Amino acid sequence: MELTVNRREFLKASTAVGGGLALEFSLAGAAVAQPALAAPPEITHWIVIHPNDKVVIRVARSEMGQGSLTGLAQLVAEELECDWNKVTTEFASPNEHIRRKRIWGSMSTGGSAGIRTSHEYLRKSGAAAREMLVSAAATQWKVPASECTVANGVITHGPSKRKVSYGKVAAAAAKMDAPKDVKLKDAKDWKIAGKPLRRLDVPDKVLGKPVFGADVQLPGMLHASIVQSPVFLGKVKSVDSAAVEKMRGVKGVVKTDTWVAVVADNWWRANQAARALKIEWDEGANAKVSDETIMALFKEGLSAKELPSARKIGDAPGAMAAAAKVVEAEYYSPYLSHATMEPMTSTAWFKDDGTLEVWTSTQNGEASIAAASEASGLPLEKCEVHKTMLGGGFGRRGAPQDYVTQSVKIAQQFKGKPVKLLWSREEDMQHGFYRPASLVRMKAGLDADGKVLAMHTTIACPSILALLRPEGIQKGIDFTAVRTFSDATYQIPNQQVDYAMRNPHVPVGFWRAPGLQNAFYRECFIDELAHAAKKDPLQFRLDMMKPDDKNRVVLEAVAKAAGWGSPLPAGVHRGIAQSDGFGSYTAMVSEVSVKDGAIKVHRVVFAIDSGYVVNPAACRAQAEGNVIYCIGQLWQGHTIKDGRVAESNFHDFRLPQIHEMPPKVEVVLVPTGGFWGGHGEPGALCVAPSILNAVFAATGKRVRSLPLRDGELKA
Amino acid sequence: MKLNVNGRVHDVNVEPEMPLLWVLRDELKMAGTKYGCGIAQCGACTVHVDGEAVRSCVTPVASLAGKKVVTIEGLGKPGLHKVQKAWIEHEVPQCGYCQTGMIMSAAALLAKKPTPTDSDIDQAMTNMCRCGTYARVRTAIHSLAGTKVAAAPEAVEAPNGQKV
Repeated sequence: MELTVNRREFLKASTAVGGGLALEFSLAGAAVAQPALAAPPEITHWIVIHPNDKVVIRVARSEMGQGSLTGLAQLVAEELECDWNKVTTEFASPNEHIRRKRIWGSMSTGGSAGIRTSHEYLRKSGAAAREMLVSAAATQWKVPASECTVANGVITHGPSKRKVSYGKVAAAAAKMDAPKDVKLKDAKDWKIAGKPLRRLDVPDKVLGKPVFGADVQLPGMLHASIVQSPVFLGKVKSVDSAAVEKMRGVKGVVKTDTWVAVVADNWWRANQAARALKIEWDEGANAKVSDETIMALFKEGLSAKELPSARKIGDAPGAMAAAAKVVEAEYYSPYLSHATMEPMTSTAWFKDDGTLEVWTSTQNGEASIAAASEASGLPLEKCEVHKTMLGGGFGRRGAPQDYVTQSVKIAQQFKGKPVKLLWSREEDMQHGFYRPASLVRMKAGLDADGKVLAMHTTIACPSILALLRPEGIQKGIDFTAVRTFSDATYQIPNQQVDYAMRNPHVPVGFWRAPGLQNAFYRECFIDELAHAAKKDPLQFRLDMMKPDDKNRVVLEAVAKAAGWGSPLPAGVHRGIAQSDGFGSYTAMVSEVSVKDGAIKVHRVVFAIDSGYVVNPAACRAQAEGNVIYCIGQLWQGHTIKDGRVAESNFHDFRLPQIHEMPPKVEVVLVPTGGFWGGHGEPGALCVAPSILNAVFAATGKRVRSLPLRDGELKA
Repeated sequence: MKLNVNGRVHDVNVEPEMPLLWVLRDELKMAGTKYGCGIAQCGACTVHVDGEAVRSCVTPVASLAGKKVVTIEGLGKPGLHKVQKAWIEHEVPQCGYCQTGMIMSAAALLAKKPTPTDSDIDQAMTNMCRCGTYARVRTAIHSLAGTKVAAAPEAVEAPNGQKV
């Protein structure tokens, strides 16, 4: 069976379906159907209340472990004043979302933005629904609504003591117009939001009940395993699938210009057959790319003339020339995989009625439906995406929807049958959208008192936006490549941040806390400056901060909680770092010992100001996760050789394990109010620099390049 | 061949070398046991074979004749196994994908060593979790051993007036 897919169409669909833009183009010609009003009654588009008082809160963002499914529901329930024990959630349907003119707002789940970018409309929706329910009860009782109160989903008419539950008036409330202006509660008065309520998804997860994308099972479903060009951007030259097509269970081979997939009745059979394919690749000039050529490209970038500047304050080069002391250092980070525990997966089914249904683990239901529409050629309203639970996301499943596109292309050749594409771990590790490698040079000039007069940073880093959202690049600057330098709050009178965008062919994407390499570089370099100035690293930082800088709050909080300056057990040393990001302000102190060259992290203290805290328990869990996720950076690093990623599975790209989890991770929540910050990623920022600053304190060795080399810290 | 899974005997007609994982997931349609790596590294596929924690992704089904396989779907029947209860109590899972394998490993460890030390836990719990739930895995296991575990921190008033 020889199936071909139009190359241009494939490339267009597979490169960058970022959700927003692609969707707007497709929507222009799409007829918007009338919303299908669901029974039981929908009070607002976020809230459905059953006659038995069960409350269903719709969630537009994805649940990938971060807990915002619960947090988002808490915000709605808080203003709704319903009984939390009667709350369940459901994911809003991307198809209905499009038919109802994007009524649920953004579905994108990334940038630690789920709660901080939707809290207002969610709380308002809850408040509006509460007023509609009260109004329905008051109308029924023929009393003024102002005489009614609500608690736990029960409306009480004060003077007559009559009571009615939400479920009884939901149908009447659903017919009312939503009030335009509603008053939101002060966080001090929260009863459901702000509390460490138990996550709604946990009880099912311990039973293995939730359906992840990889777990989808449909009648008559077939399974696909894929082989993609080992050299990124390589092309299929020829495929010999004759032997494979005779293998047990194999139903067909789908061949495109850039990948080949085998479809079988069982995934193991599909994968065995995929591995047996004889494929000749046209690897092109990219086959010569290696770590060495990439490093040479970055080095050339650092010395290039006339680079665009992401920040220019005063005259950094001029002030540097007049400085009493100049400190200079180069730092490097490698490419890194997301390595979600669940590999990329998507199931597509072209139905006999001309519609397409997709089930997938996605961080953005809109991007998935756009990819499905584009890959199938079907209008958006003929497509549906069922959002499953995600076996981790960390940015891999947001902007790039490559696996959705592929699954649609595969299922298109098996119309009428659902086909589940599951990438092998090897494909997953070798075909990521990697955390960019980068090389950064920092130079600072200090005066005779050790005060920093000037800092000049040059960043050579591939651009994530150039690949995934080119419209986001402003004047040659990709903000994800320069942040933490371009927006540093340290009061240094002369600053310059230059960006050398250098894009090897290795695909890059949003890893947990995109740009966090810069926090490693900056905060280790600040530590270098503190030592050069012979000052305490905490005080050195505080001295550079404005009195009202919120970074000061977390720095002071973390120092207090960690007992900065107090004696430590023999051999244990402290390091400190601070950085804002993803809407929040963070600081971290790590306590570390180094024995026989091995780093042991004994204790991590983390302070975060996110303005408000919606679920303190979930925020603590995110901090714990960030710490161990980022400890992996100490030894993880992809090798680029012959144009491809050399590592292929967890034996050579090792994830952190339980013995590497610090025995103590203490989280200090210091929300100061007035703004909303995230939690999924901010905790990642200071892990490497606080640990490596402690390593310097312990060994006198500066780690300026990750991963650590074998024996690097041996005495 | 006959395959005993969770006390029920299934007739399976597959290649003898097919790993148990794929018999469970794609033939018996029991998806609680997960695929993570296929090379016995991550432990997402952990099941019990005659009470031992085994990586089902590298266990040929032919090796299981006459043996008893228990998966997450059968661990607590009837009701919740004590490890599952502790996992809920200490709110261990985040994304949850690795957790079924993690729970199977913990249950096998506790069956052998009811009061495991930290070092026992490090050696037995080689399962990988990308979300980073390890601290809670350890706490939940210790709680089942009767070891006193740290309570959740007391809520204190934050600068914005919230008690967190």
